[in-house]
Amino acid sequence: VSDSLFDLVLALGLFGAGAATLAARSLFGAVLGFVSTGMIATLAWVRLDAPDVALTEAAIGAAGTAVIILYVASRVSAGTAPPAPPPAALRALAALFSAAVAGLLAFALLHLPEPAPGLAAAVLTELPPTGLGNPVTAVLMAHRALDTLLESAVLVFAVFAIWSMAPDRRWGRAPGPAFASEANGPLAFLARALPPLGIVAGIYIAWVGADAPGGKFQGGAILAAMWVLPWIAGLVAPPLISDRPLRLAIAAGPLVFLAVGLAGMVFAGGFLAYPPALAKPLILLIETAMTVSVAAALACMIAGPPERRPLA
Amino acid sequence: VSGTALLAVAASGLVGLGLYGVLAQTSVLRKVIAFNLLSAGVFLVFGVVARRGAAAGLPADPVPHAMVITGLVVAFAATALALVLTLRLHQGTGAVSLAEEPPPRAPPEAP
Repeated sequence: VSDSLFDLVLALGLFGAGAATLAARSLFGAVLGFVSTGMIATLAWVRLDAPDVALTEAAIGAAGTAVIILYVASRVSAGTAPPAPPPAALRALAALFSAAVAGLLAFALLHLPEPAPGLAAAVLTELPPTGLGNPVTAVLMAHRALDTLLESAVLVFAVFAIWSMAPDRRWGRAPGPAFASEANGPLAFLARALPPLGIVAGIYIAWVGADAPGGKFQGGAILAAMWVLPWIAGLVAPPLISDRPLRLAIAAGPLVFLAVGLAGMVFAGGFLAYPPALAKPLILLIETAMTVSVAAALACMIAGPPERRPLA
Repeated sequence: VSGTALLAVAASGLVGLGLYGVLAQTSVLRKVIAFNLLSAGVFLVFGVVARRGAAAGLPADPVPHAMVITGLVVAFAATALALVLTLRLHQGTGAVSLAEEPPPRAPPEAP
């Protein structure tokens, strides 16, 4: 009974925080509502027995997304009046439509077939050949490796797209605006105190992903935060976007993944297949390269295109 | 009522809220936030389906979990791109919405 009560509180909290996000008067309030929704969703993921997703939701879905929204909101909202809302009739129609979609979805979810189909048993039988202990990592790196390969390519193209928003004459410069340096401010203190702990935590979470909740995305997100923090505090200048090591770091994950995948065609009988004896070392090699790439790509996405104009 | 059923209803509710925000709000940044609420709801639907697929001693089906982790990272990349587009729109025209007419003030200094 107490478990159900907890789920009821979570469900009400999710809906309430989501509604507060929409109803917030200020953009800042909306971002706060969104972070709250994300944090409650993190708890819901724990309740749904998905600790790997909970870590990703907390680091990337809630915190990371909120940081980039706040960062742009603080630069866009200054001095601009919010646009007028659409007519009431139109809003009522939108509300009706959204409620209908939500209602139908809930109805469908509550009337799914019993027993539920699933691939849990298949994943478990195919777990030993990968040498991994975490079934989610096995799905990401072996059973559905193609999804993960394509996703790692998406990150590279997202960075391309964001960099290409730079004015022509800023191309090749450091990403982001010119960050003000305040040598003794609280941000500078955080940027000095957090990275030693954060870097260790990030590498640890990426490493334990093979056998326990964690992995390259969660660890990479923490590493990205530790990399960006000294940039924003003005302590360290970001690398130029024309910098070859930076570009290599962003592309390393998909390149290594693709190389191992192609080698699989020759040595293991299929694209993205691993020779059984080498499965674990190859997966660790890809995970290492991808951790570096996720960290570099996320850091560049947070900083934005090269601008060099001072932060408003 | 089982806990999973409660979270299924809440996930559907988040989808509805996000959809309404995307449709009815005018500020682009508010639309981006609403879009992320919508995706949080969709991901939780995956979580509910995964929980129902518990079998063979695993508490949930790991395949939807892996898809959600992939989805979260792609959603972050899409959000980052949408935000940079919004910022450039604002820097170029002073607009914060996708209204038909640009606001009647002079554009700020060229980037």
